[in-house]
Amino acid sequence: MSGQRIGEEVVEAKGWLGAHKWLLLRRLSQLSILSLFLLGPLAGIWLVKGNLSYSYTLGILPLTDPYVVLQSLFTGHWPETFGLVGVMIVVVFYFLVGGRVYCSWVCPLNMVTDAAGWLRERLGIKGSVHLARATRYWLLAMTLLGSAMTGVVLWELVNPVSMLHRGLIFGLGMAWTVVLAVFLFDLFVMSRGWCGHLCPVGAFYSLLGRWSPLRVSASRRSACNDCMDCFEVCPEPQVIRPALKGEGKGIGPVILAPNCTNCGRCVDVCAKDVFRFALRFERVAPGQGGSESSGSR
Amino acid sequence: MKTKDNPSAKSGATRRQFFFDTARMACGVGLLGLGLGFYAKQSKALPALALRPPGALPEEDFLGACIRCGLCVRDCPYNTLDLARPEASVATGTPYFTARNIPCEMCEDIPCIKACPTQALDHRLTDINKAKMGVAVLIDHETCLNFLGLRCDVCYRVCPVINQAITLEMVPNARTGRHAMFLPTVHSEACTGCGKCEKSCVLEEAAIRVLPAKLAKGALGKHYRIGWEEQKKAGHSLVDESKMLDLPDRLPEGAILPGHYDPASGQTAPARGVPGSEGGIIPGLPPGLGGKP
Repeated sequence: MSGQRIGEEVVEAKGWLGAHKWLLLRRLSQLSILSLFLLGPLAGIWLVKGNLSYSYTLGILPLTDPYVVLQSLFTGHWPETFGLVGVMIVVVFYFLVGGRVYCSWVCPLNMVTDAAGWLRERLGIKGSVHLARATRYWLLAMTLLGSAMTGVVLWELVNPVSMLHRGLIFGLGMAWTVVLAVFLFDLFVMSRGWCGHLCPVGAFYSLLGRWSPLRVSASRRSACNDCMDCFEVCPEPQVIRPALKGEGKGIGPVILAPNCTNCGRCVDVCAKDVFRFALRFERVAPGQGGSESSGSR
Repeated sequence: MKTKDNPSAKSGATRRQFFFDTARMACGVGLLGLGLGFYAKQSKALPALALRPPGALPEEDFLGACIRCGLCVRDCPYNTLDLARPEASVATGTPYFTARNIPCEMCEDIPCIKACPTQALDHRLTDINKAKMGVAVLIDHETCLNFLGLRCDVCYRVCPVINQAITLEMVPNARTGRHAMFLPTVHSEACTGCGKCEKSCVLEEAAIRVLPAKLAKGALGKHYRIGWEEQKKAGHSLVDESKMLDLPDRLPEGAILPGHYDPASGQTAPARGVPGSEGGIIPGLPPGLGGKP
């Protein structure tokens, strides 16, 4: 870091709006999806029924959370036709746009953990419990095995994501305590703890988007001035290094790590316009990175 | 560094570290899984007064099949259903209703089942009268107004399967000695467990309640044969009465019970074969109330 606050440089270069374009779009996406769900119970306009586990839109479009259905399959139960069609639509969609797009563009808990991350940075809270980022995959395996052993869709008993979303639509009850717990955990105990280390929902979606074509690419990585702002804002900073710094090792500029959430914060925060959304097949010849690239803006 | 000269020692240490890291992760997550497993086991204990929507699978299967989407809640035209909040003792996010608040109105097209994207609500149930959400039980004989000899009858009248799921059985009122009591009697094979009786019970606390079938129902031993049903099936008694050995009943010296059927004592010989003589007559019964209890 250059002694400046994160993103100060880019705001000078691109203006506040330009430096928060993808963040604003993302919040718009998260809030619009939530509003569509809330329109029914609050205003009586039933465009969408249900919640993120399964929803039914305009009487034609079923969408099912494949992770919940997978747990249900492990207990030995098949969904009905609509449930299955919903699974297929969702699987194809996230396979194409990136699995963890769910996390950064849809999940309502993301706003809570992002708020915790932002506050953590503003308050200058240092120190974080160390836990491997792979913990979430262990948790994912545990929920599937546990579902098979107990016959209960196991993670749904405690899943803060569905508790929050379902709670906002159907009545929160004490679910706010769980959400607050996640917020405080991310704020005081572990930096990017929930979404970045523990959540098995995110782990599942990362596997779903393992080969997704839509990616962030460090197309103009030769222009990088090592300000480190992208590493600071990224919820999964480990995914950036190979693409940004791998030129010497012959690694392509595309961020291929499945845990990149395609949130676009790195695109926003880079004053040198190193990053842009691209397809995973993009190859830029070493040395002329991004000279022909139009960038993301 | 020594390890640099000895790659096998280094890889050995790395392997050890990898093994310990893996063990640490497996143990930590396993511990969490154990806790979740016990919680899951607890969550199967549905509270007695929480009822599942029509067609719901048995609780053990329901918690595996239901994906907590709330579509049944949305498509219920009477707002009967609710999704369990985390603090409720019903498994989080699953649909249920409390009959005393809003009972199931038993829609003929069963929209809740149609809306369900899984088999949690059994789509093979197409006749709502065959639903089994629970069984009504007239649980308190001490406060039920009909048991007090009054004519309330509300549970009987609101029942959607009237005169089949609940009948009024007439018995003599022993307290007055001259009136009848009309006892609401549930017949579990016809009761859908909709809860309208419980909802409309006029008492402060309902005397009739819908309970899960496993709480409400007893079960005969599999080897039990009910004599009169076997007799009906066979067309005659399965026991050859002429070969029946009937020992004299032990009665106090000189006691005579009118109508008592005791072939061996010879005391009631004239009463043999007279219809109704086996059943016995309640002493002191007011005239006109000698019928079927």
